[in-house]
Order: sequence, then structure tokens, then C-alpha cells
Amino acid sequence: MEGLAEAARGALRLIVSGDATLGGIVLLSLGVSLSAVLVATLVGLPLGAAIGVGRFPGRRAVVVLLNALMGLPPVVVGLFVYLMLSRAGPLGSLGILFTPTAMVIAQTVLILPIIAALCRQAVEDAWAEYEEQLRSLGATGLSAALTVVWEIRFSLLTAVLAGLGRASAEVGAVMIVGGNIDGVTRVMTTTIALETSKGDLPLALALGLVLILLVIALNAAAAYVKDAAQRRYG
Amino acid sequence: MILPLKLEDVFFVAAGRVILERISAEIGAGPSTIILGANGAGKSVLMRLMHGLLAPASGKIRWGNGDAARLQAMVFQRPVLLRRSALANVTYALKLARVPRAERERLALEALESVGLAAFAPRPARVLSGGEQQRLALARAWALHPEVLFLDEPTASLDPTATREIERVIQAFDAAGTKIIMATHNLGQARRLGDEVLFLHQGRLVERAPVEQFFSRPASPEAAAFIKGELPWV
Repeated sequence: MEGLAEAARGALRLIVSGDATLGGIVLLSLGVSLSAVLVATLVGLPLGAAIGVGRFPGRRAVVVLLNALMGLPPVVVGLFVYLMLSRAGPLGSLGILFTPTAMVIAQTVLILPIIAALCRQAVEDAWAEYEEQLRSLGATGLSAALTVVWEIRFSLLTAVLAGLGRASAEVGAVMIVGGNIDGVTRVMTTTIALETSKGDLPLALALGLVLILLVIALNAAAAYVKDAAQRRYG
Repeated sequence: MILPLKLEDVFFVAAGRVILERISAEIGAGPSTIILGANGAGKSVLMRLMHGLLAPASGKIRWGNGDAARLQAMVFQRPVLLRRSALANVTYALKLARVPRAERERLALEALESVGLAAFAPRPARVLSGGEQQRLALARAWALHPEVLFLDEPTASLDPTATREIERVIQAFDAAGTKIIMATHNLGQARRLGDEVLFLHQGRLVERAPVEQFFSRPASPEAAAFIKGELPWV
């Protein structure tokens, strides 16, 4: 118990004093995960919407595969991206292994299926409700799909947040492709893993607290936006 | 004139089950047409075939001259409204019908006025009451000034007061010269709003007659049994 209280006091001191190392790690984490979310959202929402609305051969298989990919183990994604980016890999000439860019790519691969699959489900449910009415009014194809996506824009926020939660919480992928290099590719989760094994509990705990607070704050904001929208638009 | 609407030997099959069997009819301008029958008789499917939302398994459905898709509208049992204002729901339909932007708002307000919802124009559509939502759906259909208006059990989930308001609006549209084609299993409503009855029984068009004649002297035993069975609850 003594050790825990000691570590907690140290952690709070680090947070309150605005420790530079801590701040740098938090900022890099946010930068990497938000970038990954941005890319995965730009690709995943249209992809999910197209699968949700489209009717094509093999659609069932695509949906099953997409849902299965939601559970991709981060270390496997890390390994896969590592192989792609390593010196001998097909993208090795880019020379971006062990950089934040590689971490963004790995997290994007990890959360793209999550955002696309959740969007697919939401769009498909809404489509079942709207399709006849929209066709009756003369909306076709893309115009109908865009109308439906706009209708459920606040539900899609949940899909994006799920992606952000997953990206900011995973360790395996960024550890492998980032290399956990001090001051360069060290993010909150990898630092927690490293410092814990080294026995520097105050920093690990401080980062853990920041991580949890960030996740809670984001979800609270999303819940607020969704509630406000519900009241406003029904 | 897109009327008359001609159906020739129309069959509809779903999941290996025959839903509609050899329907032939010609529906002309003028008298309002009620498609009457028990639940599962095929009323909704017949309306959707006529409106073009479903394609027949075999047989022909033909409209007269003119832009048939543009000059017909449908109001469903449950109104599907967009998460935007009542006015924006109507202007959305006008936009899809390629009405010039400058005229949309005026036409939409006129339509809202005609169903008694002018004061509700800025209100979010999804938070209106059930009856108000259905009147808004009627306004959205009416704003397009259709030649033919399909109504699929428009009052089935409404209370008596809301039902009376909807019926008043339908009568006004009828009086303004719009051809009404309405599905219902409510005999009282068929009598109040209809000029002629198409009676469906188990997917077949069993009888077609002017309303008074249909109720006083039904020609088929199925129609007689339906009228007798339903009357106590009218």
C-alpha cells in the first residue's frame, strides 16, 4: 500500500507541475491517434456506407470479413505493418519504420475496420427505414445514400469515437512499428508498459490517469453532442 | 395525363410464395379508388407495384403519357421524416423533383398550409406527434402536385382525432382533382373516402364495384364475409 500511495503522489505531482516529458508523450499520443482516426474516418465512413447501401455479389462475405477484422489483435497489425515497412519489405524504401508516420499507418489499419463496420451497420439499419420513402421521392443511388448518412451523422460519431478509443488504448502495434524510442516514438501506452517494467511507477500511473481522463472527456463530449442533437432534431 | 394505369396479369412472388395472382385492372382518373382487404391480402404490395417500388414477377404495369415517376407520390403507413425542420422536409422533396430553388420555400409553405401545419414549419419534423407527422408526409407528397396520390393505410396507427384530420386533408386533395388510390382495411374509412372499391382476397382481385354497391350488395362471398366480419368494429 505504501508503494501505491507513493506512486500516486508522484503521479499527481507530475501532472500538476506540467512535466515536459509527460506533456511530450501525451501530445505525441494524441497526434498519432487523432491522425489515424482522421484517415480511418475519411476512408471508413464512405466504405462502410457503400457496403451498407450497396447490393453486390459477395456482399455477405465482405460484411463477415469486415466484422471479423474489428477484432484484429494490435500486435498482429504491428507485425504486418512492420513487414511492409522494414528494409526488405515492399515499402521499405520509404524509410519510415520507427517514425510516428509508421505508427499512424499501423493504427489506421487497426481501426479502419472498426469505423467501417460500425458505419456499415448504422447505415444499413437507417437504409431499411428510409429506402422506400427516398425512392418514392425520386432520390437514387448516391444522393439517397448521402441523405441517409447525413441523417445518422450523430450515430456515426460513436463509430469514430470507438476507433479513437481503440487507437489511443492499444500498445502492440505502435510498440512494434514505432520501436518505443525515447522522445521520438514513445507514446502513453508504450511508456506505461516500459516504465512499469522498469519500476518507475509515478510516470506510468500519471500517464494512465491522463489516458483515462482523456477517454472519459471525449466520450462525455460525444454523449453531450448526441443528446443535444436528439433534442434538437428528434 | 399519366392515367389511366393499366395492370395486365400481374403476379408477384416473394420467397417462393405467390403474394399477388393475375391482377388485371385499369384505373382511370376521377373517382377515388380504395384497395380493400384483410391483412396479408396483398394491398401494400399492389400499391408498391403500382408506384414502382417493386417489380412484378410477371405481367405488365403501364402508365399513360407523361412523366409517370414525377407525377405520382405515396404516403406510407408510418411516415418516414428526415431529421430536419418540417419545412425542410418538404423542400427536400421539391429539390429531388428539380423544382427551382427560388420556388421551393413558397410551394412548401403552401403545402404545409393545406394540411394545417403552417405554424409548424420551423419545428423539427421528428418531434411532431404521430398525426402531425402523417399530415407533414401528406404535405410533402402534395407539394409535388402529383396527378396520383397513393396512400397505404395512412391512418392505421393514429387515434380517432388524428384520423379525422388526415381524412379531411385527403378529401381536400381529392376535391382538388388529385386521383386518390388508398389501401385500407377500415370499412368506415373506405365508405367515407372512396368512390370505388377493389377488393383483394388472398392475393386475388375478387371484386371491383362502386362503394355503395359494394357494401349493400357484395357480389362475391369473400367480400360479403369480410364486410360482415369487420362491421362490428367499425
